[in-house]
Amino acid sequence: MSANVNHSLPLEYQTEQNRLNILGFWIFLGAEIVLFATLFAVYGVLGHRYAGGPTPSDIFKLNDVLIETLLLLTSSFTCGLAVFFMRQRNMKQLLVWFVITLLLGAGFLFMEIREFIHYVHEGATMQTSAFLSSFFVLLGTHGAHVTFGIIWAVMLIIQLLQRGLTPVTARKMFIISLYWHFLDVVWIFIFTFVYLKGMVG
Amino acid sequence: MEHKSKYPVSHVVGFLFSLILTFVAVFVALKMNVSYTIVMWIIGSLAIIQAGLQLFMFMHVTEGEDGKTNVINMAYAVFVAIVIVAGSIWVLTSGHAAH
Amino acid sequence: MGIKWNEMLVGGDPLLVGSQIAIVLTVVAIVVGLTYFKKWGWLWREWLTTVDHKKIGIMYILSGVLMFFRGGMDGLLMKAQTARPEMSFLDAQHYNEIFTTHGVIMILFMAMPFLIGLMNVVVPLQIGARDVAFPQLNALSFWLFFSGAMLFNISFVVGGSPDAGWTSYFPLAGKEFSPGIGNNYYAIALQIAGLGTLMTGINFIVTILKMRAPGMTLMKMPMFTWTTLITSIIIVAAFPIFTVALALMTFDRLYGTHFFTLSSGGSDMLWANLFWLWGHPEVYIVILPAFGIFSEVIATFSRKTLYGYTSMVISIVGIAFLSMIVWVHHFYTMDAGPAVNSFFSITTMLIAVPTGVKIFNWLFTMRKGRIQFTTAMLWALAFVPNFVIGGVTGVMLAMAAADFQYHNTLFLVAHFHYVLIPGVVFAVFAGLYYWWPKMFGFMLNEKLGKYHFWLFTIGFNVTFMPMFFLGLKGAVRRAYTYSAESGFAPLFLVSAIGSIILAIGFAVFCYNIYWSFRYAKRNVSHDPWDARTLEWMTASPVQFYNFAVVPEVKQLDAFWHMKKRGETLTLKESDIKKIHMPSNSGLPFYMAVVFGITGFFLVFEAHIAAAVAAIGIVVGLIIRSFDYNDGYYVSVDEIKQTERTWRNVEGGTENHVG
Ligand code: HEM
Ligand SMILES: [Cu+2]
Repeated sequence: MSANVNHSLPLEYQTEQNRLNILGFWIFLGAEIVLFATLFAVYGVLGHRYAGGPTPSDIFKLNDVLIETLLLLTSSFTCGLAVFFMRQRNMKQLLVWFVITLLLGAGFLFMEIREFIHYVHEGATMQTSAFLSSFFVLLGTHGAHVTFGIIWAVMLIIQLLQRGLTPVTARKMFIISLYWHFLDVVWIFIFTFVYLKGMVG
Repeated sequence: MEHKSKYPVSHVVGFLFSLILTFVAVFVALKMNVSYTIVMWIIGSLAIIQAGLQLFMFMHVTEGEDGKTNVINMAYAVFVAIVIVAGSIWVLTSGHAAH
Repeated sequence: MGIKWNEMLVGGDPLLVGSQIAIVLTVVAIVVGLTYFKKWGWLWREWLTTVDHKKIGIMYILSGVLMFFRGGMDGLLMKAQTARPEMSFLDAQHYNEIFTTHGVIMILFMAMPFLIGLMNVVVPLQIGARDVAFPQLNALSFWLFFSGAMLFNISFVVGGSPDAGWTSYFPLAGKEFSPGIGNNYYAIALQIAGLGTLMTGINFIVTILKMRAPGMTLMKMPMFTWTTLITSIIIVAAFPIFTVALALMTFDRLYGTHFFTLSSGGSDMLWANLFWLWGHPEVYIVILPAFGIFSEVIATFSRKTLYGYTSMVISIVGIAFLSMIVWVHHFYTMDAGPAVNSFFSITTMLIAVPTGVKIFNWLFTMRKGRIQFTTAMLWALAFVPNFVIGGVTGVMLAMAAADFQYHNTLFLVAHFHYVLIPGVVFAVFAGLYYWWPKMFGFMLNEKLGKYHFWLFTIGFNVTFMPMFFLGLKGAVRRAYTYSAESGFAPLFLVSAIGSIILAIGFAVFCYNIYWSFRYAKRNVSHDPWDARTLEWMTASPVQFYNFAVVPEVKQLDAFWHMKKRGETLTLKESDIKKIHMPSNSGLPFYMAVVFGITGFFLVFEAHIAAAVAAIGIVVGLIIRSFDYNDGYYVSVDEIKQTERTWRNVEGGTENHVG
């Protein structure tokens, strides 16, 4: 990373390379928006083609979905807290909130996998109908992102423990927080346009 | 930049708001007796507000020397997203394509 | 599941067996050669692990040349097959495979790497930067592209080529109608290459937005940099769509989902819709950098500032929006009704406006300029009328009602070759003749260049002009033959002869590269064309750190004005500071290898093997996460020494032309 360090900024913005990485990640998030939009478009086109198979109201269960939603929402909040404490250079609080975030994320994943297994047992698989193909791939892509985020976060926690808060680790922490919040944003749309929509109609 | 406050006020407020928005959406969708179209408009708007909340209160899009770039980037991404979703649905549910 | 190893090599056909033998021999020759000359270490240190944008650019360009060769061979084979009616040189299946690989290779593995290669070499230099924003990511982009390209190319001899057209429409491309593995190659190889391209897009956006020399505001950027910026933005907006479309295709073919199938509620036209949502912007991705190249070349050789710079910028920004909302013009005949077709008809015609603005800007730049007819400039001059033919026929196709007539005829094929060949290939040639000295420190031979130019442009017109008329007479595209009674024979023959002339032109180009490598004078100056932008301010070939001292920019065509003020070669040695550079890394190459292996197993639907190989990808990511290598510094002494060598070359600063 280049040498000029500006100490008046938060750690993650202090070096030029950090600022490049953060901007680059935002642009990557732009690409992610397009990626999920495409999956939503596919769901929008195919979501009502049941081919005689189960329909959303047959399989969706409000309680499970609500729990998943609350878990992810809360994890987004705790992730924000982690960054908040990072900016106060409070390593301990940072780690505490970050680990809570991960646990909530893992809880979300657990619920989601359970939900999928349940569907499969009811005979609603990816191969059943166009609706279910698009449902599983949209949710699966989100779930895969969450999984990837958890692995990534574990790597980062190790680095935080090894190296403490430096401009580099702070930047990594900040970037993963953007990623995590973004996954929550995607979930809001899944919650609304897949689950709630399916249960209204 | 982050306000120098000692407590994460904006985070807590954002969190509370998103909880409220979520529950209102559930209520509107499942408990209110209005037409499907109206429900979709309401819960769709709630989702967009909530996404905006995350973007501004948690992710601080406007922060830093590239704040403006970030906002333009997000706006363009949203433009493309709308084109993809609305465009695909429109094209594939009109005329012969609908069958 | 399970690989049928005995069916892996495609056998039987003498053409194929011949190529298999040729490939094996080439590989053996390369391996033996590298070992004999003890070049393995050199290859690894200087190329495979490099993160230098200039070398990465050169590798892209080299891949582009190779792929042009492959795609061109495909084109020639098709032309040979249709030279006479009812020929049996290629059968229908073979013809299907060849137009498919031709289309894919030309667009994704020829046009893209050529242009991204030039972007890599030139853009950091034009903005006065030391490298791109993420040098290692840049290497990863290249290697993923290369991995995808190689995976796609081996389909030819291992397992069978894709054969459903470069658009791979469903239901034909689905498992039901294409049960072989050929189309798996399409889905997976393009996915890998596409990931690389997406990263390139992000990298160049950040580079251009954040790493410009002091004083270079957005409106003082060279036009090629502008077009690269907008291209990168379109890449980031469009490639994720392709990522998803290809992933869904893979799911349909490998895991039995129903996105695009005819049964269980799938929608075949959804594929067409997603493909063109990406595909049309893709056309602008390849055409915009080309516009940038012509802008630089025309300004330099007309000795004038680009006319209408602001309107040029506005029109390319406009294209960034418009290019996203025209995709349906590729399938008007699906007939989504008058509302949809009219909307897309209008947006499509609107695109002619910014494009027209550009054409007039180039013409006005030349007006009253002192034009120098270098080879690079000749390509730019030929581009204008040829591209206008492509553009005008495009407006004809844009009218939805008329398109029902033209659709799927050779008229369309002629149209897009008139857009893509002048728009991309001419531009790449112009760019190569123009920037070659910057890359290698010697010029391509101008005289051979002119032979290349005339043969290629004449051959091009003789090949494709008849296709317009064939199309109007009703000759359909993607048909491997036609009857004698159709009356198509004479024009097809003319077209075939044209393709030979065109091929000879390309051969002259290859010979020119060879000749110039051997014999061209090496003392070419840093500014052989008396050019206008910053890349000409530093040595030819460029030293690895690009600029000893980052220049300060005061206006558009910064270097030109510096020359006017006589301040170009003055370098105060006291201004030199140590320079931070990124270190080489073997990781991008490693990633390409594991991605390639994973992809290969997926193509053969060997899921467990693929999953095991995919662990290699995760391992690579983890290694990257723990990599804290910070790069290194170039010492002031080393910089001083390097600078002295080129700034004091006797006679070296004289201009080659003009
Ligand atoms: C080098 C000289 C070239 C020749 C002789 C050539 C010839 C042909 C021929 C004969 C076809 C098939 C026509 C048919 O449908 O039967 C074709 C298709 C095509 N060409 Fe070329 N071409 C050349 C260069 C290019 C270039 C430079 C590009 C792109 C940058 C390109 C892109 C395509 C595409 C996309 C198709 C459609 C493939 C499909 O139908 O799926 N070609 N070309
Ligand atoms: Cu188009």
